[in-house]
Amino acid sequence: MNPSIYLWIPLLPLIGALVAGLPGWFGFKLPRWVAHTATILGVGVACALSAVVFYQHYWGGAPVYNETVYTWAVTDGISFQVGFLVDRLTAMMMLVVTFVSLMVHVYTIGYMHDDPGYNRFFSYIALFTFSMLMLVMANNFMQLFFGWEAVGLVSYLLIGFWYTRPTAIFANLKAFLVNRVGDFGFVLGIAGVLMYFGSLDYAPVFEAAQSQADATITIPGLGTFSALTVICILLFVGAMGKSAQAPLHVWLPDSMEGPTPISALIHAATMVTAGIFMVARMSPLYELSDAALSFVLLVGAFTAFFMGLLGIVQNDIKRVIAYSTLSQLGYMVVALGVSAYAAGVFHLMTHAFFKALLFLGAGSVIIGMHHEQDISKMGGLRKYMPITHWTFLIGNLALIGTPFFAGFYSKDAIIEAVHASDRFGAGIAYWAVLSGVFVTALYSFRLYFLVFWGKERMDHHTREHLHESPAVVWLPLVALAVPSVIIGYLWAEPMLFGDFFSGMIHVAANNDVLARIGEHWHGPAAFALHGLITPTFWLAVAGVAVAWFLYMARPELPAVIRERAGVLYRILINKYGFDALYIQGFAGLGRLIGQLFWKVGDQGLIDGLLVNGSARTVGRISAGIRGLQSGYLYHYAFAMIIGLLILLTYFVGQWRGWFA
Amino acid sequence: MFEGWPLLSLLVWLPIAGGLVLLAIGDRAPGAVRGLALATAVLTFLLSLPLWTQFQPAGGMQFVESVDWIPSFGVKYALGVDGIAMPLIILTTFCMILVVLAGWEVIQTKPAAYFASFLIMEGIMVGVFAALDAILFYVFWEAMLVPMFLIIGIWGGPNRIYATIKFFLYTFLGSVLMLVALVYLYNQAGSFAIADFYGLGLPHQTQVLIFLAFLAAFAVKVPMWPVHTWLPDAHVEAPTGGSVILAAIMLKIGAYGFLRFSLPITPEASMSLDWLLIAMSLIAVVYIGLVALVQQDMKKLIAYSSIAHMGFVTLGFFMIFRILVNSDSGALLAMQGGMVQMVSHGFVSAAMFLCVGVLYDRVHSRQIADYGGVINTMPKFAAFFVLFAMANAGLPGTSGFVGEFMVILAALKANFWYAVLAASTLIFGAAYTLWMVKRVVFGEVGNKHVAELQDLSGREFFILLVLALAVLGLGLYPAPLVEVMEPTLQQLLQVVTAGRAG
Repeated sequence: MNPSIYLWIPLLPLIGALVAGLPGWFGFKLPRWVAHTATILGVGVACALSAVVFYQHYWGGAPVYNETVYTWAVTDGISFQVGFLVDRLTAMMMLVVTFVSLMVHVYTIGYMHDDPGYNRFFSYIALFTFSMLMLVMANNFMQLFFGWEAVGLVSYLLIGFWYTRPTAIFANLKAFLVNRVGDFGFVLGIAGVLMYFGSLDYAPVFEAAQSQADATITIPGLGTFSALTVICILLFVGAMGKSAQAPLHVWLPDSMEGPTPISALIHAATMVTAGIFMVARMSPLYELSDAALSFVLLVGAFTAFFMGLLGIVQNDIKRVIAYSTLSQLGYMVVALGVSAYAAGVFHLMTHAFFKALLFLGAGSVIIGMHHEQDISKMGGLRKYMPITHWTFLIGNLALIGTPFFAGFYSKDAIIEAVHASDRFGAGIAYWAVLSGVFVTALYSFRLYFLVFWGKERMDHHTREHLHESPAVVWLPLVALAVPSVIIGYLWAEPMLFGDFFSGMIHVAANNDVLARIGEHWHGPAAFALHGLITPTFWLAVAGVAVAWFLYMARPELPAVIRERAGVLYRILINKYGFDALYIQGFAGLGRLIGQLFWKVGDQGLIDGLLVNGSARTVGRISAGIRGLQSGYLYHYAFAMIIGLLILLTYFVGQWRGWFA
Repeated sequence: MFEGWPLLSLLVWLPIAGGLVLLAIGDRAPGAVRGLALATAVLTFLLSLPLWTQFQPAGGMQFVESVDWIPSFGVKYALGVDGIAMPLIILTTFCMILVVLAGWEVIQTKPAAYFASFLIMEGIMVGVFAALDAILFYVFWEAMLVPMFLIIGIWGGPNRIYATIKFFLYTFLGSVLMLVALVYLYNQAGSFAIADFYGLGLPHQTQVLIFLAFLAAFAVKVPMWPVHTWLPDAHVEAPTGGSVILAAIMLKIGAYGFLRFSLPITPEASMSLDWLLIAMSLIAVVYIGLVALVQQDMKKLIAYSSIAHMGFVTLGFFMIFRILVNSDSGALLAMQGGMVQMVSHGFVSAAMFLCVGVLYDRVHSRQIADYGGVINTMPKFAAFFVLFAMANAGLPGTSGFVGEFMVILAALKANFWYAVLAASTLIFGAAYTLWMVKRVVFGEVGNKHVAELQDLSGREFFILLVLALAVLGLGLYPAPLVEVMEPTLQQLLQVVTAGRAG
């Protein structure tokens, strides 16, 4: 295979982005069809080429590609490169990213139809595709960080796409800053890699990982720790920002201020999974630190369960799905934490399809509802929007882990893996992911029933105009529904138990929980049938049943429960107080200290006391001295006489020995 | 084609001569004055390009010129450039074109004197970077104050007198001590050639005194905490062009001084007092970062952000001793980071101040609260502003990332906490810059002034576009710059480590 194909895959979306975006910057009004044609062409060809790459790497036996594109800088014996590493892990990510991106591009033609920022939007999402591809294709830590921050930038621009809305520009600033907290750890982790391995390229670092297994790092004041543990935890802090793990999750629900297509593309399917991808890629390092993996595991477990709970009390259709995304990301992180990287990445893939589907479905509902997002004002939509309804239902079934659907294979594998693991924290994580299944089913079907069934609670005018969305909107829904059903069945075996990731994801033999589960693997159909008699399945059924009971059978009950469990409800609706702590606490404190340094430090001490103070002192002294220069001759004469007298006394005294 | 040309002398005296001609023409023909000013700036820039194209990275001092000046004291008029000075000279000649363009229509009072001040300033600044003789350096160093004093004093804001006096006294006080140190070094070395000051093997106590004298001069110029308070005042009062030169070039001269004088002349003292410089640098990053957060005035905010960014430069230069203790590599990386940060900050701070200038020219306010929703009326401007803000926040792909990244990577080798404090700029830098962007650029149209804003003129667009290309170019491909500086820094590091060992 011609290697230039690898270069073209990210470049084509970039070219599309420039074609759609630059003329606007220079003040030319580009026709809309040019913007969407250019970007869709770019991303579409990139997607097709990615499919070729995937095919070649899986069936065609293409060798792992690891080459430099150009040398960014060389200094101090370190070569900073921009380069690609393409193996099956990368190829899978490329295909997922470009496919979902392509669907979102098509969908956007319909969704953003009336928006004055149409061209700008296409330019941004194509630019995002480029950035995300650079991230997953990186063969070194610096380029990884490039992509990492570039997707963050585009996310910032897109969350604040409607820049006149105060909530949107608050949300994008928040997203950027919270991510920067994560990147703060990430960059330190990268510095640690350079310090211990002397290189930022993946290949030499992974090769030397074992030799640094016993290396230590001294943190003055805290003690000496395993270097790899510190590096892995610092890198994971970056993942916590990007993949929205507690306590750095707060930006993701607010990111729903952005237009829905990007919620699907960036904040569900691709960018937020970058952290998962990163840890899987770094598995040779993580495998050497049980402590770091336990940390990963506990963070993921906390996120998976507690963020899911928040989805139950939300009334904004997109926010419910956003909390669901948080919780599902938690599942992926849990998988990483028990060394079941393949399961995490597999769930990343299945989730990308069904979560993008759910978001785009929600977007279709939002179009139908004339930009109403409150589910308490919806209901009965299945009659008006049948395609949206059916595809949404498929997405939901995949999400809650219905046997044979995509999400079932990936999620069940994770739960089984946690069950089989003996890592510190696995016990508690098992309960978190297991109860999470019930919670997932509950909020998913609460949403589903409230939107598509029950009483039609919208106003008359809205109901009059309800109809199915246009084909550019529902075609992507269908295209995403297909993999949401079949992809788990097709790929579970090679990805989870086969050699799909061999050589890319490294698992130490005694950590390999997936291998242990694999001993009981008898094909996808048997796995699904077996799923019917596991507690996981029945917890999901229970969740659906409770949702049905509360929102279909006895719709007056939720209000009563809200009333009765007031404290619990308040905790949930306030999102455990994270926002208050960050905004009033940290941000407020930062401003307070800033004021203090400025007013007291700079203006009070340095300027007031030292600068102007010394100026004043000089002024005062000179004012005193100035008094002596009166200009009157007799003053000077008198001073001279006194001086003369003192001198005379002195010399005479010396001579006569008066002072002896 | 420039073989045998006294290129550096041309770069020093051509703009000064141009400035004098402008003064002679006076304000009778403002059009001619502007045209001539631009022609001089462009010609100077073009003449500075051979410095880059014909430069031999490993060739030590190049383009050297030397004639006796005051033979009785061994003072020479000696110019030359190495990998440290050359990029800074080109940065100077580059920025000057932008400054002339930026003042094109805006400056209506005494345009001839305005452009003349800047051109004379340009010659002097090139002289500072190119001087190989300590007295020549000192003369240029002090001469630099005069045009800047005039620029702020004549074309500045309402509180300009306080700002100019503060600026003048602060910097003058520091440089007097430097002169004492230079005279002492002359007595030891028997010449005023800076290179002769290296490797004198001075006793430790003496080194400390000399180091402190240099510190007084250079720390004020950079400026480092706690002698930084003149900068925000000077920036606020200075006209846009003055701010650009101040931030983009003049601050670099202090950091340049550390490399040219402090480190190689007093390596032992640099090592024993490195804790002080590191502390001052890290305080600049954290303390100043927090102070920047609460600024209400855009220029003050960018001024404080400049101080924080320059903290990375001095951190990179002075943590090398701690790195060398722990590791064979990393020290060079730290110095490279500092140098790249200098060049990058030249572009980014110039761009930020020019952006504020664009707004100020229209609304005549620098207060953040007087804006809001600028993007609605100035979309082109907003795109540039967001780009430069991202560069200021150190986003990868922009020049702002390169130096900070290198310094953070190296800092971990010195001490875990240095790296942690340095990396905090990822958070603070983004917070103060993007919060300002949010309040100024985004949102609904804030008031009727914003509603009446005109988007960028062709001239303004061109200036910002050139800077945008520079910021992106350096961010995406810093190799050429790094290559040019590498051998010189390597050599400098050798001088420093040899002096430290001996």
